[in-house]
Amino acid sequence: MDTVKELLLLLVGSSLVSNVVLSQFLGLCPFLGVSKKTNTAAGMGAAVIFVITLASAVAGLIYKFILQPLEAEYLQTIVFILVIAALVQFVEMFLRKVIPSLYQSLGVYLPLITTNCAVLGVALTNVQKEYGILAGIVNGFATALGFTIAIIILAGIREKMEFNDIPESFKGMPTVLLTAGLMAIAFCGFSGLL
Amino acid sequence: MKNLLERLYNGMIKENPTFVLVLGMCPTLAVTTSAKNGLGMGLTTTVVLAMSNLIISALRKVIPSRVRIPAFIVIIATFVTCVELLLKAYLPDLNKALGVYIPLIVVNCIILGRAESYAYSHSMLPSLFDGIGMGLGFSLALTLIGAVRELLGAGTLFEMTVMPEGYVPINIFILAPGAFFVLAVLTAFQNYLKIRAKASGKEVRKPSGCGHDCASCAESGCSSRFYDEKAAEADTETEKEEER
Repeated sequence: MDTVKELLLLLVGSSLVSNVVLSQFLGLCPFLGVSKKTNTAAGMGAAVIFVITLASAVAGLIYKFILQPLEAEYLQTIVFILVIAALVQFVEMFLRKVIPSLYQSLGVYLPLITTNCAVLGVALTNVQKEYGILAGIVNGFATALGFTIAIIILAGIREKMEFNDIPESFKGMPTVLLTAGLMAIAFCGFSGLL
Repeated sequence: MKNLLERLYNGMIKENPTFVLVLGMCPTLAVTTSAKNGLGMGLTTTVVLAMSNLIISALRKVIPSRVRIPAFIVIIATFVTCVELLLKAYLPDLNKALGVYIPLIVVNCIILGRAESYAYSHSMLPSLFDGIGMGLGFSLALTLIGAVRELLGAGTLFEMTVMPEGYVPINIFILAPGAFFVLAVLTAFQNYLKIRAKASGKEVRKPSGCGHDCASCAESGCSSRFYDEKAAEADTETEKEEER
């Protein structure tokens, strides 16, 4: 019972309290770049959930069964980045051949997350905080869920703001960053949750 | 010699990775809670950037173009691991403050961007100086942003109190939202300069590197493809032609 409770706490903590983009600044590039429309933002979010969950499972297994027995923990950065990059490419090819419908909706976003810092960040955090494999997977899923929540909210706000009268210099990226800052303030409110 | 100094100037001022190329925004926002952290992160990145540029440039004739991205990543990750171990041993405080962002230097698009756009096509010495210049430019920018945030958010500079006693620190600047606000104002200022340059009829040159704003960072070549299919296709075509 205890473990289920811990996993639930981890789920809430990683997705809302320490949100991956708004408080840890990981995965900012797709967050700012692919948030013009809610549809594409949702697609990106789904792709991120898929990749991060899978990557944290694979990275956890490799760390536990290959790196630790060989006492080669210091190689984690190199091994994780290569495994993640190869994994994303492999998933892309696999989806294209086997599930074309899913590939159509996720495929375009997959290459964008090959060397996304969020994916590597989650794998490294799992190791640093000494999560087990199951806790690592839950943490990965929760982090990606937090990313999806944040990017969909941002895309929603950006759609509403599209025709607003904004000073010339603040058009584009500055406004998006200000919006993200206000969202970060809102997400600070979750810190009382745990 | 003049050429080498030009590389330094280019990296620090003319094509400053943060202020002009707008690359590597994730670490910029995350570690600039104080000037000291910013400087530490900047110098760490400089070491990795200079060394990886040097080695990639030395190996540029050996690395086939179709697997160059994985090769770059392995070289960069090697140096990041070395630097991480050194920091753990000699500067444990800094290592603790920067945390997971040290290993994440691997995915910093400045490094992969310089490897792709400069080191892979230039000889060793200019590449080394390009790395040092870009790294110092990055350090300069991080230290400046860190100093502004620390000054407003805590009233200190390099941990020394500089603001008068009556100053109430605006805490939000060293918290997460402050990072977004500082960067927003910074990019707005940049836009302002660009608009003014355009109005006065100056040609706005698109800088080299893997993109010209943060949004294009993810879309541009430097992070998109692990295995370069286009290069592979081009390679097979030339092979076919050679067979003929």
